[in-house]
This record gives sequence, C-alpha cells and structure tokens, in this order.
Amino acid sequence: MIELINVAKQYRIRHGIHTVFSDLNLKIAPGEKLGILGRNGSGKSTLIRLLSGAELPTRGHVVRRMSVSWPLAFGGAFQGSLTGLDNIRFICRVYGADISSVVPAVEEFAELGRYLREPVKTYSSGMRARLAFAISLAIEFDCFLIDEVISVGDARFHAKCQTELFEKRKERAMVIVSHEAHNIREHCDRACVLHAGKLHPFPDVGTAYAFYNANC
Amino acid sequence: MSAVLPEQKLVRSLRIQARVIGALLMREIITRYGRHNIGFLWLFVEPMMFTLGVLALWTALGLHKVVLPIVAFTLSGYASVLLWRNTINRCGNAVEPNRALMHHRNVRIIDLYVSRIILEISGASISFLILSVVFMATGLVGMPDDLLKILIAWFLLAWFSLDMALIIGSLSVLSESVDRIWHVVSYLFLPLSGAFFMVDWLPTYAQELVLWIPTVNCTELLREGLFGNLVRAHYSVGYVVLVNMLLLLPGLLLVRYVGLHLEGE
Repeated sequence: MIELINVAKQYRIRHGIHTVFSDLNLKIAPGEKLGILGRNGSGKSTLIRLLSGAELPTRGHVVRRMSVSWPLAFGGAFQGSLTGLDNIRFICRVYGADISSVVPAVEEFAELGRYLREPVKTYSSGMRARLAFAISLAIEFDCFLIDEVISVGDARFHAKCQTELFEKRKERAMVIVSHEAHNIREHCDRACVLHAGKLHPFPDVGTAYAFYNANC
Repeated sequence: MSAVLPEQKLVRSLRIQARVIGALLMREIITRYGRHNIGFLWLFVEPMMFTLGVLALWTALGLHKVVLPIVAFTLSGYASVLLWRNTINRCGNAVEPNRALMHHRNVRIIDLYVSRIILEISGASISFLILSVVFMATGLVGMPDDLLKILIAWFLLAWFSLDMALIIGSLSVLSESVDRIWHVVSYLFLPLSGAFFMVDWLPTYAQELVLWIPTVNCTELLREGLFGNLVRAHYSVGYVVLVNMLLLLPGLLLVRYVGLHLEGE
C-alpha cells in the first residue's frame, strides 16, 4: 500500500511561493490500477514524484509499504553521458538487483541492439522509454508509476508491454498519468482528477472523465 | 505495520546508503576517468607531469640550492593542493550532471557529494602515495621522517576538504555565482594555502597571520613528517580539529536544506 496523508507541496518561484497542492490524501492498495487525469501544469507529475519518493512533500507524510518504481517518464532516471548498459548497472546497484540477470532481460525487451553500448544522450525519447520500461520490468516492483510514456513505441513494443505489464504482471499496482483517454480507460480500475490543487476521486473511469470534461 | 526495531531500521538504511554510494562511485569513475585513452592512469600522470615540470623549471633557474629537498617539497605541496582543490571543486558541480539519477528515491543529494568526496580523496591519496614510492625508489625523494605525522596531516586536510566541499557544493546549488566565485577564490588562495612555502620563511607578523589558515597548519605538519629536523614547522593540530568540527555543522545543515528544497527536473 502507498498512502499520502495530508500532503502539501510548494515550490519557491521567482515571485513568491507556488502551491501545487495544500492537503492531499490518497491510498493505493496492492494490485490497484489508478489513473490520474488533469490538465497541463495541474501537478500530475509532481504527484507521481511524491509517490515515488524522488521528491519530498513540504508538509504531510508519504507511507510506502510496497516497492515502488521510479517515475517512468520521458525525462529523468538516466545519466546522459553513460551508456544504456552502464545505466542498467547503476540502477541495479541502487535497487539491489542482480545485474547478471537483469542485463539479458533488458537486452531482449528493449531491443536497442548496439545502442545499449552508446551514451543515453544519443537516444530518442522512445528509446529511453523502452529502456526504462525494460529495466523496471526486470527489477520487478510491486507498484509501477507511469507518467505519460505508456503510448511510446511502435505497435510491436505496445504488444510487448501489453503482455509483460498488463497480463503477466496484472497483480501489480499501477499509477498511470495520461492525457490520452484510451490509455486510462483501458488499464485503470478507477481514476482521480487533479484540478485546482485538489484531488477528486471517482470510483470508475467514466465518471472521472465526465467530471474532467465538465470542469477542466 | 510490522514492528521494526530502530537499530534494524538503521542497519537497513545504512545498507541502502552504502549500495547507493557504491553505485555512484562506479558511475563517477566511468565519466571521471573514462574507458578510452589512459583512463584511470590520469590520476597519477597529471600530478607527475606537474611535479616533474616544476622540478625541471626550478633546476634550470638554479632554485634547487634551497635547504629543502626540492622534489619532496614540490610533490607534497602539489599533492595537498590536489586534495583540497579537487575535492571542493568536484562538489561545486555535483548535482547538475546527476540530477536525472535523483529520480531514484534512494539517491539523495548527500550521496552525490559523499561519492565525489570519497573518489577525490582516494584519488589524491593514491596519487601521492604512488608518486612518493616511485620517487623514493628512484632516489629523488628520501625516506619520510615520521609517517604518523604525515598521516595525521593528510587526514586533517582531507577532513577540511570534506567540510568545504559540502558547504561549497550545497551553496552552489542555491546560487550559480557561488561556483564561479569559488573558482576565483581557490586561485587566489593557492599561494596562501601553504603548498609552496614554509611558515618559518616568513617574517614573524606574517607567520601569525597565515597560521589562521587551516591548510597551512596541515602542510606544515606534513613537511615536518617528511623532513623532520630539516625544517622548523609551525602548526596547531587542535586548531585545525576545532575549525574542522565547526565547519562540518553548517556543511551538513546546508546539504539538508538543499535536499529538502531541490526541485525535480
């Protein structure tokens, strides 16, 4: 389970303080698939980073009782001057995973070929996303945090993600942030709408979308 | 939640931190020394070229007639500069190239600093050790007088570098100007750092002034360890320990502050 308790997040900006949220509560149960909807700048990615622990809340608590992936997003998580392979090794060491079993799994899943031995800064965003997915699947988390990257890659990679993530690992929890309605509709049991610093929970994706379309 | 004893939590946290710092060390070694070229050997080649260059220059100018063994003097001076300067400089730019790695929860800002500090202190120490051994074997440098004094001096200088690295490192996250100003300050500080003179060579009033500088006390002790009675060293170990302890506190507080306020990409 992951729990956010009275979480507030503020950033210092040039002209004072920007409050992203002031009092946010959320529970994610094991195996639950949660979608997060919200406009650009509503704080979706901030929420994902707070869930992952990459950022700390200004106030409140984040309790994590299952292993949580880093935010699988277009940016971040990789050091650009290192090769894909060196980044895999780094991430394995950080999460205490076995390098010798992760590397072949990633090689097979990401299909980066020789590029695995090139610096990550030469990768396209699709290649980075494939690498990120491949590593996170090889390390095996209880909860995957997916920030927009669900729609990357070609049809073939989609099909692979579909099998590996949503079929073989369907007992895992997942938090998905996406602009694209069909991603959340397809994969999530319920959804929350992030609007004006408040998180509005809905028991199913349909009502969440109705609220989103009416208010955001 | 299952009952977890505080000690078990601490052990677990320490284990994670060790793992993260280990991973960062490997990551830093790859970009610092690279896999191409002569890689890790730069660690020794760079100071060796410098020491040999200065040695050639001083010999050509006839300056080697000073009382002290010039190779050992130059080597110890340059090694000390390498220790504090690299350790502090490398922390001035520790966060930006590693920012993406902080998406991983357990990679915290203190780990970035600690891994760079460990790497630079080890690099400077290994390079000093190997060059000393090489020079001793070839007879360019005599045997040291007191190894313990050398070790204490080196330890105190490394501790001072750590404190300053944490302070300069976190301040430069808060303001870009700090790193630039530090580079200027470190150049101006170079002749004052004690690397290239002995306090005893200075007039009395200047002696009192330079002994306020912690690094001067360290190099004095280092030279006493190297040369024994050949030099009259001036230093206070107690003073350096005090300064080092006093500087550690703001260093750690600043790192904590920066860690809490650092924003994601």
